[in-house]
Amino acid sequence: MKINHPATAGTLESSDIQITLTPADSGTTIQLQSSVEKQFGEQIRAVIAATLTKLGIEEVAVEANDKGALDCTIKARTIAAAYRAADNKTFDWEEINAWIN
Amino acid sequence: MVKNKLNREIPTPYADQYGVYGGEFANIRLYNEHARHIKPVKPDHSKLVASIHDAIVATGLKDGMTISFHHHFREGDYVMNMVMAEIAKMGIKNLSIAPSSIANVHEPLIEHIKNGVVTNITSSGLRDKVGAAISNGIMENPVVIRSHGGRARAIARGDIHIDVAFLGAPSSDEYGNVNGTKGKATCGSLGYAMIDAKYADQVVAITDSLVPYPNTPISIPQTDVDYVVQVDAIGDPTGIAKGATRFTKNPKELKIAEYAAEVITKSAYFKNGFSFQTGTGGSSLAVARFLREAMLKQDIKASFALGGITNSMVELLKEGLVEKVIDVQDFDHPSAVSLGENADHYEIDANMYASPLSKGAVINQLDIAILSALEIDTDFNVNVITGSDGIIRGASGGHSDTSAACKMSMVIAPLVRGRIPTIVENVNTVVTPGASVDVVVTEVGVAINPARPDLIEMFKHLKVPQFSIETLKEMAYTITGTPEPIQYGDKVVALIEYRDGTLIDVVHNV
Repeated sequence: MKINHPATAGTLESSDIQITLTPADSGTTIQLQSSVEKQFGEQIRAVIAATLTKLGIEEVAVEANDKGALDCTIKARTIAAAYRAADNKTFDWEEINAWIN
Repeated sequence: MVKNKLNREIPTPYADQYGVYGGEFANIRLYNEHARHIKPVKPDHSKLVASIHDAIVATGLKDGMTISFHHHFREGDYVMNMVMAEIAKMGIKNLSIAPSSIANVHEPLIEHIKNGVVTNITSSGLRDKVGAAISNGIMENPVVIRSHGGRARAIARGDIHIDVAFLGAPSSDEYGNVNGTKGKATCGSLGYAMIDAKYADQVVAITDSLVPYPNTPISIPQTDVDYVVQVDAIGDPTGIAKGATRFTKNPKELKIAEYAAEVITKSAYFKNGFSFQTGTGGSSLAVARFLREAMLKQDIKASFALGGITNSMVELLKEGLVEKVIDVQDFDHPSAVSLGENADHYEIDANMYASPLSKGAVINQLDIAILSALEIDTDFNVNVITGSDGIIRGASGGHSDTSAACKMSMVIAPLVRGRIPTIVENVNTVVTPGASVDVVVTEVGVAINPARPDLIEMFKHLKVPQFSIETLKEMAYTITGTPEPIQYGDKVVALIEYRDGTLIDVVHNV
């Protein structure tokens, strides 16, 4: 999947995460702010990175503002932001379902 | 480094000074009660002084002394900030302060610490910005966290010697007869302040409602008071009731309350003449509501409710479902009113409430206590003082006191809060040892402490899902993931005293 322009998914409500993806020249960078940074910061970064890899996105700048979201929420917001950034409206649920857990 | 009975590491100098926790009742010993120094008052002497400044001058307060306050005005307290501002202005330094607790409203303390006015603190709890500042390490000496019963013990035994107590008085006459049920800012019971009045060398009553002599009822008597000061306002009545919640609609809290009520009503303790204590959280108040229905249905009356009193207890008293309310502190206005009007609503001091070194505290007569928690671990240890990020933000309160003394202690808490698991492998800080905790109640079911086989037998047929505490922890971690341990610094920022005065844990800086 190719990122065409910046896109955001998610809110700043408690238990949600707001993810903004911006096109980048090379590699993936993740800037995370989290209310549970000390306990779960690394896990949140890992979930975002793994989700982007599964979507085939390798060049992107991620800004994430986390308010204690669970992993399922983090994956869902990442996927939504990616589809929006790629202008992709044909959701292949079976394909997503094959790797999401 | 010394390891206490819970394997918590206590740095040797503190271990030597305080002793380390060795079991709930392992360090209850004979002692001589602490005596105060008294300046007798002759017939022609007036106790009335013109200002807080004059009162401080009259007491001869100087560098290095210990002063105290009470926290009955909770988030509405003006007294501590007023007195500390005056003390700072007068240039007095190096004070130890021993308030019964510290609220968000006491944020100016941070400046007094930075300026060297305050160099030692003991308190039940630390909130918000003060807690964060202490956790960041702004004090050289660690704060000593004491339970309500533990503070009463520390004062009675002389571990805390109070030179001057500055006590906010909702009403007082000019000879120092004080109560909390009359005046502009009524807080109800003065249970924590009564201890300070009894043991401090000098007591200053600060009031905004000076009434003709003699002011009755007398909660703090003239024989304990040296000076009386009139000020414009001692507290904000709306702040006193802040945080006391109404009946919850949160389905998770209701489920917890429903399960907790099921445990209580199916226990052998639930019979005519039983007694209980609840907290002020959403679930806790809902338990009282469910309990009321069961009491009506089964025609069961309680002999007394203890606490930490809220309007829900007062309503049970009015309905005749509870015969007496025993009151060390009030959390809302109706409770304060009830204390003033109802002879069956009775005020007690912190010594009688919960001290392990009194000649028998009321909690020793208590059947069931319903308590909250920030974290509970697989050894049933409870943390109510540090957040999941390791920062001090809670209060010890009566948690370790009531749970040790009552017949069945129940800790009620959601399995997870957002992404934070409540049931964990190891709590950040132990306030109450697992030996005191009998039943943990969550929205998915309960865990009974294996140390209580009698309860396991009693609840064999309970219609609430039962799990081991390890299973509850696994269920929590499945939802949240396994949290990384907090990385603390090397500096000890707080000592957690057990109620007997030994150290059950310490808190490091973050």
